[in-house]
Amino acid sequence: MRTAVGVLVLASLAALFALPSVLSAYYITLVLPAVAYAIALLGFNLLFGYTGLLSFGHALYVAVGAYGAAVLSSKLGIKSFELVLLLSGAAAVAAAIPVALLSVRYEKIFFGILTLAFGMLFHSFLFKFYDITGGDTGIRVLRPSLFGNEFKDLDKTAFLVGPFYYYCVGLLAVLGFVMWRIVHSPFGLHLVASRENRRKSEYLGVRVRFFRLIAFSISAFYCAVGGAILAINTGQADPELAYWTHSGELVFMAVLGGFANFFGPLVGAFTFIFLKSELMGITQFWRFWLGLTLIVIVVLFPRGLVGLGQDLWTRLHRQ
Amino acid sequence: MSAILETVGVGRKYGDFVALEDVSLSIAEGELVSIVGPNGAGKTTLVNVLTGLLKPTAGVVRFRGEDIAGIGPVMLARRGMARAFQLVHIFPAMSVGQTIAVAVISQEWKGLSFFRDVSRDESVRARVHEVASIFGLEKKLETEARHLSQGEKKLLDIASAFALKPEVILLDEPTSGVSSADKHGIMRNVVDASKKAGVKAIILVEHDMDLVAEYSTRIVALTAGRVLADRPPKEFFGDPEIVAAIVGRMVGRLAKEA
Repeated sequence: MRTAVGVLVLASLAALFALPSVLSAYYITLVLPAVAYAIALLGFNLLFGYTGLLSFGHALYVAVGAYGAAVLSSKLGIKSFELVLLLSGAAAVAAAIPVALLSVRYEKIFFGILTLAFGMLFHSFLFKFYDITGGDTGIRVLRPSLFGNEFKDLDKTAFLVGPFYYYCVGLLAVLGFVMWRIVHSPFGLHLVASRENRRKSEYLGVRVRFFRLIAFSISAFYCAVGGAILAINTGQADPELAYWTHSGELVFMAVLGGFANFFGPLVGAFTFIFLKSELMGITQFWRFWLGLTLIVIVVLFPRGLVGLGQDLWTRLHRQ
Repeated sequence: MSAILETVGVGRKYGDFVALEDVSLSIAEGELVSIVGPNGAGKTTLVNVLTGLLKPTAGVVRFRGEDIAGIGPVMLARRGMARAFQLVHIFPAMSVGQTIAVAVISQEWKGLSFFRDVSRDESVRARVHEVASIFGLEKKLETEARHLSQGEKKLLDIASAFALKPEVILLDEPTSGVSSADKHGIMRNVVDASKKAGVKAIILVEHDMDLVAEYSTRIVALTAGRVLADRPPKEFFGDPEIVAAIVGRMVGRLAKEA
């Protein structure tokens, strides 16, 4: 099983790197947001799947990443994408700490509602403070440099589907590896213990609130990285990114792929983006069909697509 | 005899209701002190005060000479007191090995390492194996806790508390819901393991008078929040008044429940 997982991961990464030579530029601009969401969900699921805290307000940190990229690139003239990622990530952590300090004292619906409330607060801030945030039009995001290289000979699309795409897939691989280490570390085990039984874990010396705070901050950092990629892809940071339905989409992706598994949310991110864009092309009732998909998944396959895949795998191996 | 754990004049009120009043106890090295009493006598409140979960409204609680009133379970674990629970408190989706590892990680101060693979940490692994074999769980390391039998769940709960290398261990009805054949097995296991591992004192909260009589070095009886008696087992069971007040009422209660 372990080797099978390793082979699958390497094959998926190779496929992602090979995609631009197979698919048209249009499809690559679709894969880019999927990669961005995959990174955001790695973080989101540290909190949801591993720590057992379901946030309905994580679009806030995606938006902080996006606006961070916008402000840094078009207002402060910072070009280096590495610097943009670090600074927007740090801003997201700074925004997450006060929210987390308050909300990690609670669990379940109370945690969810508190995070939702903070998300809505931030959305109205983006919307109302026109002078700072550009209101409903948002802020333009300029093309960054990658490792100091500006790729001036490439037009916008060529840049996005070329170097920027490879950069982001590489980022997904690196951040995925880091998250894999985190969830298998002693820290990760303590998070799971606090999810399984808070009181017992405290009596075993697990510093539940403190560790939840750290998990929350890490998840905010990952979401901000995803948000920065999204903003560069569209060239715009707008308040929709912080709207509560966007937080809902993060939850949707995690459930669709299966939050109990490390790779579930990644599968969920890719499936969701393609499902949504295909459905939008076919019918104006795409929201209906997305909703129906979610119902089917929750009722019939509560462990998501990855859980379904695991069941099929064991069934095949028994025969 | 110097006390490891002591309470002086401890009281605890909930509004107007007095759950504990003027409780003074002292537990010394080498003792196994049983706390007995009918339901509603204040045992749970006393346990919660002794483990730093509840702040007493009067008096002091000291562990190794330091005030531990209301310090909370995490700090308590760090200072060397562990607690096993009446209702099995385990991590259902975690394996036996992982459950014990949670305690070993706290005890070795490794909770804040983010990048080490915990399954490859030799010192954690060795200690998990050691603790598991003390409690006869070494063949179940990979088994998820929810698939264990009731008796094994109890053992795992105690084993994880034990993995903290505590000086004092508090067992809250460690054998409730376990067959009478297994009860003695669990108790003997815990007492032997504690001696070997250098646990200095055990506090036992128990309804089962067989176990109390056999394993205690001293018995503290509570009624209505007060200490009624604090004596060695022989004197305790030799005093018809106390037996009538404590055991009689408990038997009556148990008969009613049955």
